[in-house]
Amino acid sequence: MRITCPHCGERDRREFYYRGAAVDLDRPAPDAGEKAWDSFVYLHDNPAGETRDLWYHEGGCGAWLVVTRNTVTHAVLKTELASQARS
Amino acid sequence: MRYSGFKVIKEALTGHKGWKPAWRDPEPKAHYDVVVIGGGGHGLATAHYLAKVYGQRKVAVIEKGWIGGGNVGRNTTIIRSNYLLDGNEPFYEFSLKLWEGLEQDLNYNAMVSQRGIINLIHSDAQRDAFTRRGNAMILNGADAELLDAEQVRREYPYLNFNDARFPIKGGLAQRRGGTVRHDAVAWGYARSADSHGVDIIQNCEVTGFRVENGKCLGVETSKGFIGAGKVGCAVAGNSGRLMGMADMRLPIESHVLQAFVSEGLKPLLPGVITFGAGHFYVSQSDKGGLVFGGDLDGYNSYAQRGNLPVVEDVCEGGMALMPMIGRARLLRMWGGIMDMSMDGSPIIDQTHIDGLYFNGGWCYGGFKATPASGYCFAHLLAKDAPHPTATAYRFDRFRTGRMIDEKGMGNQPNLH
Repeated sequence: MRITCPHCGERDRREFYYRGAAVDLDRPAPDAGEKAWDSFVYLHDNPAGETRDLWYHEGGCGAWLVVTRNTVTHAVLKTELASQARS
Repeated sequence: MRYSGFKVIKEALTGHKGWKPAWRDPEPKAHYDVVVIGGGGHGLATAHYLAKVYGQRKVAVIEKGWIGGGNVGRNTTIIRSNYLLDGNEPFYEFSLKLWEGLEQDLNYNAMVSQRGIINLIHSDAQRDAFTRRGNAMILNGADAELLDAEQVRREYPYLNFNDARFPIKGGLAQRRGGTVRHDAVAWGYARSADSHGVDIIQNCEVTGFRVENGKCLGVETSKGFIGAGKVGCAVAGNSGRLMGMADMRLPIESHVLQAFVSEGLKPLLPGVITFGAGHFYVSQSDKGGLVFGGDLDGYNSYAQRGNLPVVEDVCEGGMALMPMIGRARLLRMWGGIMDMSMDGSPIIDQTHIDGLYFNGGWCYGGFKATPASGYCFAHLLAKDAPHPTATAYRFDRFRTGRMIDEKGMGNQPNLH
């Protein structure tokens, strides 16, 4: 699997640290309530198919990336900087 | 038909014409008391205990492919009960005890081999941690034995004891651990369940649940609607997909784990060795192949195959532990999809839908749990109350802060 970093270009997956589902971009407010926090921390979508997750380019530029990829084929479909995906 | 030595001799003398299929191939009935989704180890074990222990007479197992074609046929066949936490250890020890009586219970040779498992120790801190774990095991009725380096060397003289990064300083042994022929587990449970009247329906894929007024009435399948008093889901690896049909999100993510087997070699490894620090474990099958594996690939996946970085990592671990392994040729490698839960421990619980029950989140430890998982899920389905050894495996333990986190990794499934 190879991931295209917007800064560094196409790189080996081994340069990246995997964080998990890209829910971190939608962190609930501190007082959003137990249900919202339970959902945020523990209940993620787990799709067979297209998914969005967070990767950290620790062996490269140090950027956090949102990677859109297919969990069935391992194809990487889109990569963007987390800072831009959030806005 | 009971299997026995006498039966084998009799059939040998009469041209083997008396053997019959080990289970029937029935069409689904319109309604069952209990429908178990998933014809893997856990689903078939559930059906066996439902029928044999809990006296349920109208039970069906439905399976989208063929039975035993999923993770029960893709694992590395190790059984053990070397856990630390109170929520886990009694359950896994219950499972190991069931393994010890399994073949007599099923009248089926599953080649249960208690050849022992050793977790290697490389530092004082790790020895402290394993001593604590061994004590927890003994307190829960399991066996554990702390070995020093010389004791490990006597059993495995060819390991690399003087590795610069991870010198071997000892090990935590569980002599009652070992291996089992995994396919025979699925077949043995299937044959026994069938003989107790369970319908095993293969090539029957679930396409949805019929839920009315908060109660599950049955399942929609590729062979039509099947009504059920209760529906139990045991499809670890695909739990997210199945429960998604009931609009449930689970504290589970799907990950791929790879395994490897070498060409057949002469007897070399008497038991199971785990090299946790190097992300490597190995045993030798009865056919002679070295069966080994390591960590998850590390990202959510539903592909039953992995990527090369983990292949390299596992082989590096093998070379570091046991340099002679480099002379063996790799025969096969494959991947299976794991239900990785948010704390590394499983779930056996009711859902918010009346009549719908869930068993999953087995991470990469599902095989050893097969008998107890089936037993406890059958108990839950039959009595609507958890089995005493499985009371901690609840859905709400995450929300209420009662996680069973053996490795202390928090809510990151790829690290468990």
